[in-house]
Amino acid sequence: MSRLEEQLAEIAATEDPIVRDQMIALAVKRQDRRQRLRDGVRKTLVFVFFVIGLGLLYTGYKAMGQSTGDRWPIIGGELPVKTNDLIMPPLWDIVTSFGKPLQAGGQTLAGLIWTSGMFTLREATAGFVAGVVIGLSIAILLLRSRLLERGLLPYVIASQTIPFVAIAPIVIIWGRKNLDFLPWDWQDWQSVSLIATYLTFFPVAVSGLRGLKSPEPEALELMDSYAASWGQTLWRLRFPASLPYLFPALRLAATASVVGAIVGEISAGVRGGLGRLILDFAGKYTTGPERLYASIIGAAVLGLFVVGVIGQTERFVLSRRGQEAV
Amino acid sequence: MTECAVRAEGITKIFNQGRPNEVCALTDVDLAIEPGEFVSLIGPSGCGKSTLLRVIASLTEPTEGQISVYGKTAEQARLDRDYGMAFQHSGLFDWRSVSRNIELPLELMGWSKDKRQKRAGEMLELVKLGQFANHHPAELSGGMRQRVAIARALSFNPSLLLMDEPFGALDEMTREHMQTELLRIWSETGTTVVFVTHSIPESVYLSTRVVVMSARPGRISTEIPVDLGGRNADTRESPGFFAKITEVREALRAVEGAE
Repeated sequence: MSRLEEQLAEIAATEDPIVRDQMIALAVKRQDRRQRLRDGVRKTLVFVFFVIGLGLLYTGYKAMGQSTGDRWPIIGGELPVKTNDLIMPPLWDIVTSFGKPLQAGGQTLAGLIWTSGMFTLREATAGFVAGVVIGLSIAILLLRSRLLERGLLPYVIASQTIPFVAIAPIVIIWGRKNLDFLPWDWQDWQSVSLIATYLTFFPVAVSGLRGLKSPEPEALELMDSYAASWGQTLWRLRFPASLPYLFPALRLAATASVVGAIVGEISAGVRGGLGRLILDFAGKYTTGPERLYASIIGAAVLGLFVVGVIGQTERFVLSRRGQEAV
Repeated sequence: MTECAVRAEGITKIFNQGRPNEVCALTDVDLAIEPGEFVSLIGPSGCGKSTLLRVIASLTEPTEGQISVYGKTAEQARLDRDYGMAFQHSGLFDWRSVSRNIELPLELMGWSKDKRQKRAGEMLELVKLGQFANHHPAELSGGMRQRVAIARALSFNPSLLLMDEPFGALDEMTREHMQTELLRIWSETGTTVVFVTHSIPESVYLSTRVVVMSARPGRISTEIPVDLGGRNADTRESPGFFAKITEVREALRAVEGAE
């Protein structure tokens, strides 16, 4: 018997009408699952075509500018961006630059971007984890006490109005001089992480609080009727209920942590990461513009990677709930 | 005198007391429920039937009056896990499988994993959903979800089952089916049930006693014993069933006429 026939036989043998109807609905849903796989393939193809389209647009614009002398065809007027090889290096140069060593016999650009990317990823990840822990702690604290929510929330919001680029050098100086009480040697990259944390904790705290408050009154009454403690209700009801609210914030926080790490490196002058690499290549732009482009592509890939990791985690965690993220 | 399952004396509940939006939900309610009874609370909206249920469950404190559950205070009964509750929305946790939903109260009571799983399996057999143990609530229909909610409410053998319009969101066919199932479970477990409903036929079909309440202020106006014997497929078409429905309807009409 085929799988489908088995299912049909099982459905036909069910006496309970409510259960039978539901088994039919489930069998239909299983067919939908194959549909979802096809959707996934389609999404990947769309992304590939999008990247190719972007490359074609770049190359096409450049070719157009080259042939018209940087003027719009027909309507005339100057193009917003000049198309000479210094400002817009040929796409092929950018692509091949990844494989070229920076000095004869040395590391390739791709290798350098990889090691710098990993350095930045470490900063971002440490900052992200710390930010999530701090953000959730604040959310739980604010949930616990309405008084704190009224008193503390305005300061949490105000903290985000301070431009983080401005505080980055101070954080580095603090880190070097004043963190002797820590059991480990504080290093500059950890100060960059702290900057990433500063950007990360806020969305987590705000969405976390909203999510922790999301359970229906009936669900909270149910926990009360079991004489569940506050901690049990938090862990078994409020926290899982908050996840659909939390994941969009985590995606935001993940990108923010990468941005925070890159800009933090630039602002604080920490060596070793992508931010510093971009700054270096910007300084040596005239001798190799394609390297700056290549390192920016590296930064974009890093951002896509962290968002992808969070997205996959979200799908895995929420897949069986039968509800999409809010 | 045998010990009452629930004894409520002079229960008054005022929300927002002393404020402009003060609402008197219950006034001087007396109610005694014997062990093993199936009591329905019925009345127009705003008659405080859900509030009375929550007062019995110790989810809200009465403003005045005494409540005892098997000789204990309501709060002590709640702390002793004497209550199983089911609401209009099944309130299943959609991140837990059906089986793990039923295990929730057992987890909170510190049962071992083996015992929990065994018990969940037995409860699923009781509500005839054995093959759905590892499904998630999103994969179940409304009627099945309510059955799981009932299984969860009964999983730890509570001495009192409190239900607030548990079938209110179901279609008529499913609803009648669920009523039959609930009566079967009630007769198999022997639990005392307090059941809040909007539906007259439902209250008559299920209960050993229908408590009719009036609104503004909420109070008990009549209690109608229902003695239809064992229910079966013919009960819903029997003259005795219709006579009781008429009796409850007239009691409700009298309540509304008095307003």
